[in-house]
Amino acid sequence: MFKAIGKQLYVLWSQVVTLALVFMHLFKKKDTVEYPDVMPYMFPRWRGRIILTRDPDGEERCVACNLCAVACPVDCIALQKTEDENGRWYPEFFRINFSRCIMCGFCEEACPTHAIQLTPDFEMAEYVRQDMVWEKQHMLIQGTGKYHDYNFYKIAGKAIGGKGKGEARNELPPVDRRSLLP
Amino acid sequence: MFEFSVGSVLSIVFVLGVVLVSAAMLIWVERRFLGFFSERLGPNRVGPFGVLQSIADVGKLITKEDWIPPFADKYTFVIAPIVVPVVMLLSFAVIPFAPGVGVMDLNIGLLWIFAMAGLGAYSAMLGGIASNNKFALLGGLRAAGQMISYEVFMGISILGVVMLGNSFNMRELVEAQKDGWFVLPQFVGFIVFVIAGLAETKRWPFDLAEGESEIISGFNTEYSGMKFGLFFVGEYIGMFLLAMLIPVLFFGGWLAPFGWDIGPPLVSGLLWMTIKTTFWIVFFILVRAALVRPRYDQLMNYGWLVMLPLSLLNLLITGAVVLYQGS
Repeated sequence: MFKAIGKQLYVLWSQVVTLALVFMHLFKKKDTVEYPDVMPYMFPRWRGRIILTRDPDGEERCVACNLCAVACPVDCIALQKTEDENGRWYPEFFRINFSRCIMCGFCEEACPTHAIQLTPDFEMAEYVRQDMVWEKQHMLIQGTGKYHDYNFYKIAGKAIGGKGKGEARNELPPVDRRSLLP
Repeated sequence: MFEFSVGSVLSIVFVLGVVLVSAAMLIWVERRFLGFFSERLGPNRVGPFGVLQSIADVGKLITKEDWIPPFADKYTFVIAPIVVPVVMLLSFAVIPFAPGVGVMDLNIGLLWIFAMAGLGAYSAMLGGIASNNKFALLGGLRAAGQMISYEVFMGISILGVVMLGNSFNMRELVEAQKDGWFVLPQFVGFIVFVIAGLAETKRWPFDLAEGESEIISGFNTEYSGMKFGLFFVGEYIGMFLLAMLIPVLFFGGWLAPFGWDIGPPLVSGLLWMTIKTTFWIVFFILVRAALVRPRYDQLMNYGWLVMLPLSLLNLLITGAVVLYQGS
């Protein structure tokens, strides 16, 4: 009998404690960020809008290797390789359907030349579905993005116009196989 | 006719205006306070501080398609949501706002409120049955069981007040608290009344009739547009009614505490009534923000095994004391 009464009093008291604790939240600082008025801080590694970058010389980094299109889990990247007069590969068109894109960043990880990068920008809403499909001229920027010094053709062994075999950084001159004969 | 006296046109227009405007504004007030209690800001975009949020909500509800499901019982379906706001507004007829402000001075005022609150249960029941939907039916059943059983303790818990005030008239009950509020001698009755009142208005934590996590939205699952809006407004008017009923019965109504009268009795009365009502409204919102919903069997057990003995005991002891003092 007394045990039951005590239990009921305890239950009532615990409710009162809950009410007091919740009431104290009235005076705490609010967590809300009033977004359109106040921009939230976006972390530099945030995976947002996708860009195509240029190397330090101002040339397109993308070599149209298609690794990003292969890595993309939703198949939203489409591109076509072509070649310029110097032998550099570059995409003839590079198309990302952002209405499919899930901002997973796999394309950035797959890219061997740091060409495709994700940025902290997330304001990409459009009124027309077709406007979500972005072409190369929409994504290609003038700068180098997150990696300032990387230049694929200066490192890779591929010969292009103005840079022959063996002239890349850390690359030895090509060996004449016939001179290695015993 | 155009002076503040009970039943004058000015009084009636004032009461109706205050109740309807407050009930509409409560939508915004409640959401704002719920936001504050959970460290958010709540709706603050429409108008200064978001005060026009209620108007935006009502506009949205009115312009929404008013759909009656083809499988529903059409006439009952339409009548059910009308019952609850009408009944709750009728209850306000006997609430004393201040000396001279009120719609009528009924000598059975308290009984009138209980009659109207009893009718209010029909709204949920009819809505649940007419929807012809299993979740709506479950919600209607729960609402019926909950409201009818909690009405019992609600009635018994205020009998102590009636004995001390020696009247069913709300104005006389307020006047009887001149020497001391009834909350002190009737503390147990006050606790039971608040809990039973929360259950009676189907407010959190006793929102089992709606119970979003279990039965979608209970008895108003099939309702949309302004029919849903009527249920909604009825619930807010009920909350406002309860927030005025508790001060009138237990906290001295329009009477100022410690003789802190400000200006003429009319101004002072309205001011103190506003302060007390606001306090209880914020309390109900706090309860909604803080407490969790019990299971249905817990609700019924708590009602019949704790509240009923408690209110009966309170009634017995109060009656004995009143008899002893009278002899």
